[in-house]
Amino acid sequence: MRGNRPTRGSERKADTVSQSAVQPTPASPTPEGGHLLEVRDLHVEFRTGEGVAKVINGVSYHLDAGETLAVLGESGSGKSVTAQAIMGILDTPPAMIRSGQIRYQGRDLLTQSEEQRRQVRGTEIAMIFQDALSALNPTFPVGWQIGETLRQRAGMSRGDARRRAIELMELVKIPAAASRLGDYPHQFSGGMRQRVMIAMALALNPKVLIADEPTTALDVTVQAQIMDLLADLRRDLRMAMILITHDLGVVAGVADRIAVMYAGRIVEHADVRSLYRSPAHPYTKGLLESIPRLDFHGQQLSTIRGLPPNLMRIPSGCPFHPRCPYVQQVCVDVVPHDLVLGDGRTSACHFAQEVRDDRAR
Amino acid sequence: MVRFILRRLLQMVLAFFGTTLIVYALMFAGQGDPIQALAGERPVTDAQRAYLTEKFHLDRTGIDGFFYRYFDYIRNLLQGDLGESLTGRQIGDILAAAWPVTIKLALIAMTVTVLVGVTAGVLAGIRRASIFDNSTLLLTLVVLAVPTIVLAPIAQYFLGVRWQLFPPTAGADPDFYALLLPGIVLGSLSLATALRLTRTSVAENLRADYVRTARSKGLVKRRIVGIHVLRNSLIPVVTFLGVELGNLMGGAIITEGVFNIPGVGFNLFRAIRTEDGPLVVGIVSVLVVVYLIANLVVDVLYAVLDPRIRYE
Repeated sequence: MRGNRPTRGSERKADTVSQSAVQPTPASPTPEGGHLLEVRDLHVEFRTGEGVAKVINGVSYHLDAGETLAVLGESGSGKSVTAQAIMGILDTPPAMIRSGQIRYQGRDLLTQSEEQRRQVRGTEIAMIFQDALSALNPTFPVGWQIGETLRQRAGMSRGDARRRAIELMELVKIPAAASRLGDYPHQFSGGMRQRVMIAMALALNPKVLIADEPTTALDVTVQAQIMDLLADLRRDLRMAMILITHDLGVVAGVADRIAVMYAGRIVEHADVRSLYRSPAHPYTKGLLESIPRLDFHGQQLSTIRGLPPNLMRIPSGCPFHPRCPYVQQVCVDVVPHDLVLGDGRTSACHFAQEVRDDRAR
Repeated sequence: MVRFILRRLLQMVLAFFGTTLIVYALMFAGQGDPIQALAGERPVTDAQRAYLTEKFHLDRTGIDGFFYRYFDYIRNLLQGDLGESLTGRQIGDILAAAWPVTIKLALIAMTVTVLVGVTAGVLAGIRRASIFDNSTLLLTLVVLAVPTIVLAPIAQYFLGVRWQLFPPTAGADPDFYALLLPGIVLGSLSLATALRLTRTSVAENLRADYVRTARSKGLVKRRIVGIHVLRNSLIPVVTFLGVELGNLMGGAIITEGVFNIPGVGFNLFRAIRTEDGPLVVGIVSVLVVVYLIANLVVDVLYAVLDPRIRYE
């Protein structure tokens, strides 16, 4: 999927435009049952006292065995909600899954019973969270919390669970693991706590690991260590990983593909190198331009103007149009479809080609 | 932890002297002529007056005399001698008779509070905004709004006199059954508070991040609520119950008064009404110690329940 993206060339551009301008193709024309995990046209609402917030508006993405998909977006873009919908840990109410499918190994999880879904959690799909301090139970030792998964889900004895918990803590490189088994979460540093979280998620050898902003709460140096650890573990344990983040810098070395989310939609979907080289959505472009760069010394850092939309009043047409430097009348009137740009790239922008080929950075 | 307890014990010594000093001062400062108060309506002869003045060290006057008498009292107290009440009975004997009754009453009230209050609180917290939650909210508000001085006689009249389900009064040396209704009345107030507290705590903890983690581990709901949520939710509740037990041990003046239970509160009330200074000071001194110990136990328990709290 990656590697043979065309370098920017006008001959290539011409035929893609003619193809997609005539008929916008819907997203992800994927073979039936081909993917390990697939989200199809997911719609999720939150019902609150003030009204209905449309948090997820037709998200589709897929994950193949052994690959890493990064889901990128600002807070409120719906990236975590999608992940929680996959895990089946959304609080309903207030959340409500309006429509869509979440297929794991060909079966739609959304049609399964709570008991069937519970069986999937931890053993097939596991998840780690942003703030390990609040995500771990403050009143139990970490060894107990890792062991609990093993005892409850794998039927291990107390002693076996204990031994395996030590192995898992060693696997995530916690120094002196055996002696730290009885410590409580607050006695660990932020990075070590996140390692405990990872050890717990790996306890039942899941095939998919969802990492929801795993490094956001950490120091920059520790962030790099945790990302390296995740990348190593993913490779060694042959897992697939969904990496949710708002930090483009975190993604670069780890992910195979990137899905960029905005206002509950996937606005751009591409392999990492193409996306960095030539973003095809104004939002992605804005994100990339707002990363500080060493070689742009002395220049003002650009930002995306405006604020993310209120999800109770999503703007008409393209939800990004009030903030978009490329905005035209069509953006206000018509919701853009995903334009297929070749090589599995899509962009939900009326002017995807223009944006992609506009290298003025 | 040991250092914390030692430090707290030292603080308790200070608190003990402070409170007894204040109660001692308040009780005897108001009296015009303590010897006449002791004698009541009867006249006091000069010989009697001279004897009593010497016996109670009343010949020493002013602030100097007050502190002399206070430390004389404390010296006796530390030797286990609470002194005599104005009625001539040993205060130690009065307390020895009254305390077991009050403790029985307190335990009944506490059992009711824990069994009904905490259980209903957990259920209301799990089923927030349900019919059960709303009806317990209403009931607890009513109980909290009605003072014991109203609630106790109503319960006594309907359950004791009218329908005769319980003995209306307890009398001397009451058994468990006679203390049941007063215990329920006494417990209803802390029951209501415990229920509200448990409900809020459970509801809050159910939304906590670690619950989401427990769910993503694939644990069954019963275990998530019963182990993870409950352990965290009960921390503030246990603290409240500990303080409340300390309160209950100090006797319940109104409840014991209404149901005629010869407990600590009943005796304290009678001592205040008859201006029996030595008895009031004696009872309060012991209550202070009980209360301080109850608070220390709560603090220690708090650290045991919540590993984030370490007193160092």
